[in-house]
Amino acid sequence: MTAVPTSGTTAVAGAGVPVPGAPVAPPMPPSTPPRTRAPRHGNRRPVLRGVVIVVLAALAVAFVYPLLWLLSASFKPRGEVFDNRLIPANPTFDNYVTVWQEAPLALWLGNTVLVTVLAAGAVTLSSALVAWGFAHFRFRGRGALFGLVLATMMLPGAVTLIPTFLIWNQLGLVGTNVPLWAGNLFGSAFYIFLLRQFFLSLPREPFEAARLDGANNWVMFWRIAVPLCRPAIILTFLFEAQASWTDLMRPLVYLQDSSTFTIPRGLKALIDQFGPGGESQWEIVVTASVITTLPMILLFFLGQRHFVQGISTTGSKG
Amino acid sequence: MTTAAPARGQAAPSSGRGRRPRLTPSARRERNAGLRFISPWIIGFLIFTAWPILYSAYLSLTDYDVLSDPSFVGLENYQRMVEDPKVRLALWNTLVYTVLQVPTYVIVALALAMLLNQAGRSAGFFRTAFFIPKMTPPVAVGVLLLLLFNGQYGLINRMLAVVGIDGPAWTTDPMWIKPGIALISLWSVGASVIILFAALRDVPTELYDAARVDGAGWWRRTRTVTLPMISGGIFFVTVVNTIAAFQMFDEAYSAYFGAGNSTYSNDAALFYVIYLFREGFQELHMGYASALAWLLFVVIMLVTAVQLVVSRRLVYYESEQR
Repeated sequence: MTAVPTSGTTAVAGAGVPVPGAPVAPPMPPSTPPRTRAPRHGNRRPVLRGVVIVVLAALAVAFVYPLLWLLSASFKPRGEVFDNRLIPANPTFDNYVTVWQEAPLALWLGNTVLVTVLAAGAVTLSSALVAWGFAHFRFRGRGALFGLVLATMMLPGAVTLIPTFLIWNQLGLVGTNVPLWAGNLFGSAFYIFLLRQFFLSLPREPFEAARLDGANNWVMFWRIAVPLCRPAIILTFLFEAQASWTDLMRPLVYLQDSSTFTIPRGLKALIDQFGPGGESQWEIVVTASVITTLPMILLFFLGQRHFVQGISTTGSKG
Repeated sequence: MTTAAPARGQAAPSSGRGRRPRLTPSARRERNAGLRFISPWIIGFLIFTAWPILYSAYLSLTDYDVLSDPSFVGLENYQRMVEDPKVRLALWNTLVYTVLQVPTYVIVALALAMLLNQAGRSAGFFRTAFFIPKMTPPVAVGVLLLLLFNGQYGLINRMLAVVGIDGPAWTTDPMWIKPGIALISLWSVGASVIILFAALRDVPTELYDAARVDGAGWWRRTRTVTLPMISGGIFFVTVVNTIAAFQMFDEAYSAYFGAGNSTYSNDAALFYVIYLFREGFQELHMGYASALAWLLFVVIMLVTAVQLVVSRRLVYYESEQR
């Protein structure tokens, strides 16, 4: 945990931060020290600050603890999974060997990586195209169309679940991984909304200049708009990679054969076999859970800045 | 796409005079280019949203098991829903869960965000710690639910025992299953914390200074400055989480319902979407499940509409005032 850089604080510079060097005009209450670097309310009492940090530290431990518990349990022999020690009394690597023998984990991981990359890649490309269409071009009916995009966000997935299944069934693709990513080729409302916000914030001058140089729309999109909005593009990819990796519902609906499972669907199968109602071999379930979760933790640390910044933006712009 | 584009610069007000007045060639070119970029979404909307909505409405009036053609039964499915005790149970469970989960979730998110806002430069570090659990796949959260909340050996009850509380059987006692799920859902509160924290940081410092000069204490500052200024963020988090709570599936299904050949189930955790999923894809009652989906749609729309109306009176958007 100590490896986490604290750069996040500067990431979302709030509008309330005074510009350094700007004249400090309003008279301060007497006890206040002179403003040097962006004071926030409540920062003036060091004791209070100390208490806050202690409380936060305890909460942070509470939030991270279940993950450490899970990781630790995966190195415990069967009888000790529930002993709630953080450091296993008799650490063993056996669970990882067993789970690898019991389940086609490598296959499941491979399936999941493939689906995740296809789903995230497809949705990023298509949503960026559509978002650019909404952000850059002005035409009648654009507002109404965009309203329709936003309206689809309100639609519960349950309403379209069954007909969508019937489409893929009709195409003979149920049982393959195609239904898990191909729908993403047509963009997704949330990402279209997000990317449009970023595209709208771009200045128009580079595009006017490019147009005079004879660049066509595609070149302007691909060579100028996309590179300028790289953070938003990366963010879209990361968000969808997470959504796709962790998805359970669609693999449940579309995948029947164990060899086609994604890792969450496989984990669910292991819960059924070794968990409640099954053989109560929790060490296997725990170990498979770690294997399912770890890639997401890695993804987070790879794209930490993007995740945090992106979610901050979602709330304020949403 | 099919428009013969005249040379640029030839802005001709006379050329486009037809049924659609005042659409110059350059305006038409711009429109067509825009539509071309938007076309993937339009195609996807027609295939994966518009058609499914219509077809689902039709299916809800039929008996359909995928194997044979749908047979029209009129409103029979809806009538059956009214009489189906499982529907009532699923609706009740979902409602109880939403009422338990959403307020707790929003208050916890707000409390954590406000703490972060007092933490100065270390806020970024703690924010990361709060967010990490959000990365955990819901199936694994289901596993953690079964293990940490286990009535006999679970960590939660062990800790409660330390302070002298005899914890309930969170994962087996029907009374405590929904509170258990609501509690573990708090673990994934991180994204909402980030949103509210960002909103808090956007509150102009001058407002606090002014309030302080006027002699307002912490509680008054919170009530009269902080909460109104971030009410937009609170509203957003509340609406999004309400919609999510109504569609609770992953964690509860992972922990309490067998998939595939294993068919264990738990009535206390039978949420609406779980019932819908089982009816549609395990019992192959696709017509009935479509009717169930429409009821959910109506309920979510109503709840969201009520929240919107309430928000009109409570939410303050800075931009509207300027």
